[in-house]
Amino acid sequence: MKDQPSLPKTFSRRFFIKSSSAFAALAVIPNSVKAFYNHIKEIFVPKKEILPLSLRINEKPYSLDVDSRSTLLDLLREILQLTGTKKGCDHGQCGACTVHVNGKRVLSCLTLAATLPETEVTTIEGLAKGDELHPMQEAFLEHDGFQCGYCTPGQIMSAVACVKEGRTTSVGEIKEFMSGNICRCGAYNGITNAIQSVAK
Amino acid sequence: MRPFQFHTPKTTEEAFEMATSKTAYLAGGTNQVDLMKKHIATPDSVINLKNVSTNTIKTTNDGIRLGAGSTNSEVANHPEILQKYPLLSKAILAGASPQIRNMATTGGNLLQRTRCPYFYDTALPCNKRNPGSGCGALKGNQRMSAIIGYSSKCVAVHPSDFCVALVALDAEVETTQSDGTSKTTTFEDFHRLPGENPEKDTNLPENALITSVFVPNNAFGNNIAYVKIRERDSYAFALISVAAALEIRNGTIKAARLASGGVAHKPWRWKNAENYLKNKSATRKNIEAAAKLASSEAEPLAHNSFKIGLLEGAIITALSQAADNTLETKW
Repeated sequence: MKDQPSLPKTFSRRFFIKSSSAFAALAVIPNSVKAFYNHIKEIFVPKKEILPLSLRINEKPYSLDVDSRSTLLDLLREILQLTGTKKGCDHGQCGACTVHVNGKRVLSCLTLAATLPETEVTTIEGLAKGDELHPMQEAFLEHDGFQCGYCTPGQIMSAVACVKEGRTTSVGEIKEFMSGNICRCGAYNGITNAIQSVAK
Repeated sequence: MRPFQFHTPKTTEEAFEMATSKTAYLAGGTNQVDLMKKHIATPDSVINLKNVSTNTIKTTNDGIRLGAGSTNSEVANHPEILQKYPLLSKAILAGASPQIRNMATTGGNLLQRTRCPYFYDTALPCNKRNPGSGCGALKGNQRMSAIIGYSSKCVAVHPSDFCVALVALDAEVETTQSDGTSKTTTFEDFHRLPGENPEKDTNLPENALITSVFVPNNAFGNNIAYVKIRERDSYAFALISVAAALEIRNGTIKAARLASGGVAHKPWRWKNAENYLKNKSATRKNIEAAAKLASSEAEPLAHNSFKIGLLEGAIITALSQAADNTLETKW
């Protein structure tokens, strides 16, 4: 075994011949053909569009350039590194990505960032005041409103809105108006208790 | 998502100028953005209607006008709606989640696509998504499929709850065509049956815009009910839903409205049952007979005959609740 040749096997002779001849072929394609290909591509494949966007997130102003396809969720997580907001299903079925836009709870995964100029976005990072947690965050800790914690930022954002909307008169009402936030661990009773304790 | 140009026009005229045959209008986005993510909708340009559609809800002498841009939450919680058109509020609150209702609009609700699993799975055939490819549901899973008004090309159902209440209350849809002319359509004629062209959900011309939905005054008061049967208690599309509204004077039903979701390609009115109830007393016997009449009109597919029983039961429950005036919602 030790006497085996030490050449990495991924570069087989056949691979080398194939790839080098492909590169050689590329080099001899006349520029006119390449230009024609690019021209056709421009006709059939729409170019991606980058748009300027200014908005406020957690009381801080931002001026950014975003892809027209970017959702608010991707803007928060991928560009601004505000990773508290979670991507669950990315199709509006789980509620993990819930944030507030102009004070109302919405799904950031179904919100195109380009629709948000001059809006005020609040994420889970914007709830606490310095080291002092928001009462709902305290209540979730107090009442074990989570196990794995993945849905929790969405649950808390939704819970804050639920209290604000006044939909907390009974356990049944809380459950109905929190039904857009799915918890795979099944911490629903803890979540309901936390919301009740804040609503009081 | 495929790349697209994004426009935010200031006026309807500007929107029409920007629109091409490969344009998608964007309102709340709760369905449209999802369709674009799944490559079911692949527009070259997206026109944001934020500054075009109004969200005003305005009472007139003969009814109430809901701007196409009004959100589900705005309509469901509007004091005038709660007082005079509680059926609308009940139906809206039976659908989606609070987050989605904060985004989704009246106009968008009318134009949302079916949630048939074969429409959503791009690996499977679907005449609605890909005309001519066949209907996967016709010999497949039919739990969410239609029981009336379908064709051999499509058995999908319209997913809305709001629309079921609107069709029951004889609403009208005001639209503006791309040549600038306005048109009013009865709600019943707005959506269409699949026939040979299931890719078309509505009779709305290309690039036309919904400007508002008008709901005429009615005398149903609190004798209304919305019953929705689904796979879980909340946040799921209907297997069967029933909107019922009764005008009762001295114990006699003067007018009845009965409509269903989850049964057909469009929100469905049970007119024979409505006529049957007219000038009859709101007794259990009459209600059961009306439910039987409606459910006997349905022709279930091979694998969804369970929906007939569900429908009959849901109609009995809805009519009984409407007659008892049990408006108070128990969450």
